[in-house]
Amino acid sequence: MNALSDLIETTDERLARAWAVLDTVLDPEVPVVSVRELGILRDVRVNADGLTVVLTPTYSGCPATELIERSVVDALVAAGLGPVQVLMQRAPAWTTDWITAEGRRKLRAYGIAPPGPADASQGVTMRFVPRVKATALACPRCESLNTERLAAFGSTACKATWRCLACGEPFEHFKPI
Amino acid sequence: MQASIKVSRDPAVQYLLRLGDSCLIHAQRLAEWCGHAPILEEDIALSNMALDLVGQARAVLTRAGELEGAGHDEDQLAFLRDERDYLNLTLVELPRGDFAVTVLRNFAMATLLKLLWQRLQQSSDSELAAIAGKAVKEARYHQQHAGDWLLRLGDGTEESAKRASAALELLWPYVAEMFESDAVDEHAASTGLGPRWADLREEWMAEVLPVLTEAKLKAPADRAFRSTGKTGRHSEHMGYILAEMQHLQRAFPGGVW
Repeated sequence: MNALSDLIETTDERLARAWAVLDTVLDPEVPVVSVRELGILRDVRVNADGLTVVLTPTYSGCPATELIERSVVDALVAAGLGPVQVLMQRAPAWTTDWITAEGRRKLRAYGIAPPGPADASQGVTMRFVPRVKATALACPRCESLNTERLAAFGSTACKATWRCLACGEPFEHFKPI
Repeated sequence: MQASIKVSRDPAVQYLLRLGDSCLIHAQRLAEWCGHAPILEEDIALSNMALDLVGQARAVLTRAGELEGAGHDEDQLAFLRDERDYLNLTLVELPRGDFAVTVLRNFAMATLLKLLWQRLQQSSDSELAAIAGKAVKEARYHQQHAGDWLLRLGDGTEESAKRASAALELLWPYVAEMFESDAVDEHAASTGLGPRWADLREEWMAEVLPVLTEAKLKAPADRAFRSTGKTGRHSEHMGYILAEMQHLQRAFPGGVW
């Protein structure tokens, strides 16, 4: 016979379930990586009558931010973990360094070159002449380093456009910030 | 028709509006290129930078509304203020001109905003500091992009050099306004909210002038002319921007997508 304690979910169990549910919430722009793997999901807390989820937005103007917030709430509520309160936390600012190893692997498999360390491009004096040469980037398809940047911007705020000179395929680069 | 709102004359609120409005109107002008830029990659670049700037403006205007304490949100501040209550630099409201004008203005603004966001990371207002921590990375990327283009135009073909030079003649007189100080700046500096914009002048010049030189361009001599957008007195172009930007919200109050 089950004791009552076996039927009531403990705080730890509830948290574990919440994290498991959130692992299935994918980024709307790159629907192979989860918001957790991208480092957007910062924390989950159990409070008196539900959950508080802490999110850190990527770019100031990223149109996916509000959609991500909705997806997170919907997923948790559907799993019976609501009500859910979302806390948007700007500081410390999101950095691509928070993307997990698994997230990077998935980006590459999806055809997006993952970002290198963000520190390399921060805080140094900007050089225009000679133009700063972008660091060699491996083609996510054939792994050749014989690649070049086509454009500083791309299909979303977080990406730039590159091409591989070895296999001839264009690809996107997740910019390190 | 939605009536206009009046905004507090509190110097902290005004300081934030100068920043947020400059981002917003700059974004509005950049976004005009969507579908019109000389090449597809640049069309995307200009739209992306506009998007970053709109995001920064949203955050700053939201914070301005909170500090004001009159219940105004980002949308009310953006869409329901009249021209005199908009406090952006005159520079950003000038017509987008040709691609050279857009590139030069973007370089001037990205450099200013990068320096501002760098300082604002230490703001006594923790929310503003948090906004700055994100925005500084974006401004830096914009500056690099615009600077690369300025070199290419100034040190490019005869036609591009002519246009870059004309853009400099046109816009340079409006740069001086960036570094004019007044009571709003003094208040921000004394409370630790943010730097006097005038204190950024030296660094701004140190970043901009070498790029002009490399681009074979020469900054025109300083003139006595001072634009006054930061104090709400705008050029004749401002009313048209607001008409276009605000029309929908004025005609359909509270309308959302």
